[in-house]
Amino acid sequence: MQVKRVEKRLTFWQRAAIPEILRGLWFTFTIMFRKKVTRQYPEEPYDAPAAVKGQPLLVENEDGTVRCVACSLCEVVCPPKAITIEGGETERFIEREPEEFSIDMLRCILCGLCEEVCPKEAIIMSDRLELADFSRESLVFHKDRLLTPVGELSGRIKFTKGKFDKWRS
Amino acid sequence: MSETEVLVLLGRIVVFFGLTITIAAVMTLAERKVSAWIQCRHGPNRVGPWGVLQPVADGIKFFFKEEVIPDNANRALFKIAPAMAAAPAMMTVAVVPFSFPILLDGTRYAMAIADIPIGVLFFLAMGSLAVYGVLIGGWASNSKYSLLGGLRSSAQMVSYELALILSVISVLILTGSMNLTSIFEAQIPAHGSGLAGIFKEGWLVLRFPVGTIAFGIFLIASFAETNRHPFDLAECETELVAGFHTEYSSMKFALFFIGEYSAMAMMSGLLVTFFLGGPSFFGLIQGVDSMWLRAVLGIAVFLAKMGFFLFLFIWVRWTLPRFRWDQLMSLGWKILLPISLANIALAGLLVALGVL
Repeated sequence: MQVKRVEKRLTFWQRAAIPEILRGLWFTFTIMFRKKVTRQYPEEPYDAPAAVKGQPLLVENEDGTVRCVACSLCEVVCPPKAITIEGGETERFIEREPEEFSIDMLRCILCGLCEEVCPKEAIIMSDRLELADFSRESLVFHKDRLLTPVGELSGRIKFTKGKFDKWRS
Repeated sequence: MSETEVLVLLGRIVVFFGLTITIAAVMTLAERKVSAWIQCRHGPNRVGPWGVLQPVADGIKFFFKEEVIPDNANRALFKIAPAMAAAPAMMTVAVVPFSFPILLDGTRYAMAIADIPIGVLFFLAMGSLAVYGVLIGGWASNSKYSLLGGLRSSAQMVSYELALILSVISVLILTGSMNLTSIFEAQIPAHGSGLAGIFKEGWLVLRFPVGTIAFGIFLIASFAETNRHPFDLAECETELVAGFHTEYSSMKFALFFIGEYSAMAMMSGLLVTFFLGGPSFFGLIQGVDSMWLRAVLGIAVFLAKMGFFLFLFIWVRWTLPRFRWDQLMSLGWKILLPISLANIALAGLLVALGVL
């Protein structure tokens, strides 16, 4: 095997170390006056891009009805079993809708499998990331708190359409 | 002892000791601020305006933290080690002259807590004691990381103390005194001696070549003596978790830090006294007539000079990578020691010839 030896010879001034140390010190000194890159988070809010998977939410149609058909696919696929659905009948054309739909946010790992598996685009990962609270009860989200108008989630819905198109065609 | 003497002594103890502790507290904030700036961050800015109350918050936190002592630790030594690390640095405060002497009732009071004739010797003795805190802390924890950190630190401090002492000897030759007040007074050029006076009688760092070389060696050795980057092999986060204080928690842990920062403050103070003319500022302050104003201005100038070195300690820490263990030893024994020995010979020669 041919080996190519690359010899890196330091110049005299580099080996003397002190000029290089001074150069390094000058460099860090100039950096001290640069613009800071830190985001002062609570004051400067984080504008999450569409790719961010935040808290999963249920989509509410324009006419105020639930889009979910209670097929229980998300309930089955959910790795930590955070979703609980009790299906019921409805007079609407889709015939079924959830009577009870709850997501336990203490269990949810924000993996987004429910969103991927949903045939109706009815459960969508929102950009809500501030999920801390003081009691266990308040972190189990029921249907009334999960239902969100479709307009608020349109950005993510559009993004998932592009993302999953390769399997649809 | 007259009443004035007691009052002056108490005043000096309160002011200078308080000053050192304050500097140590401010340094914990300064270290985090400067490190943040060098990394394009803001640093602590939540507690109080601009984060100035961060040391207070840290202190409260340390007091209320649980104190963990490992099962197999030597409990007595484990408890006493932080104090042994912090005490020598604070003892050194006693000999550092912060300002010009003042005259009260015809008696001359130096602005050091103890203006002893062998101040340099006292500082060197205290510097040697500082090894024990780190070594015993590392040994008593009964942990591999701590033991390695303590061993490294003791070897390093002993090696660099040699270079440190030898560089101080050339200072003694040039100034002709072991009293720290006389040392800085020897660096004040006579009034009206001009530019030549500054280089011949002024700050030691400007007395080329002997004073400059001694300054360089003292500076490098002081980094090693205080266990600071780039010679912080005693802590060495990447290899030893936290080195000698791995097993320490709560206020004991904080005491190691107070010790480290007061050691830095004292090293800076001695650098200023030995090489930068202490509280003097190119002969301007001696001209001030009022004794009290002169003393206060002297403290201000001294603290400003000290602040520069404290900043340098932090600045270097966040710039240079850590030395490897063998590199550290070869730098100490093969480079600094011969140079400082040659420097002493040169100093003796030049003083005998009357050049310096």
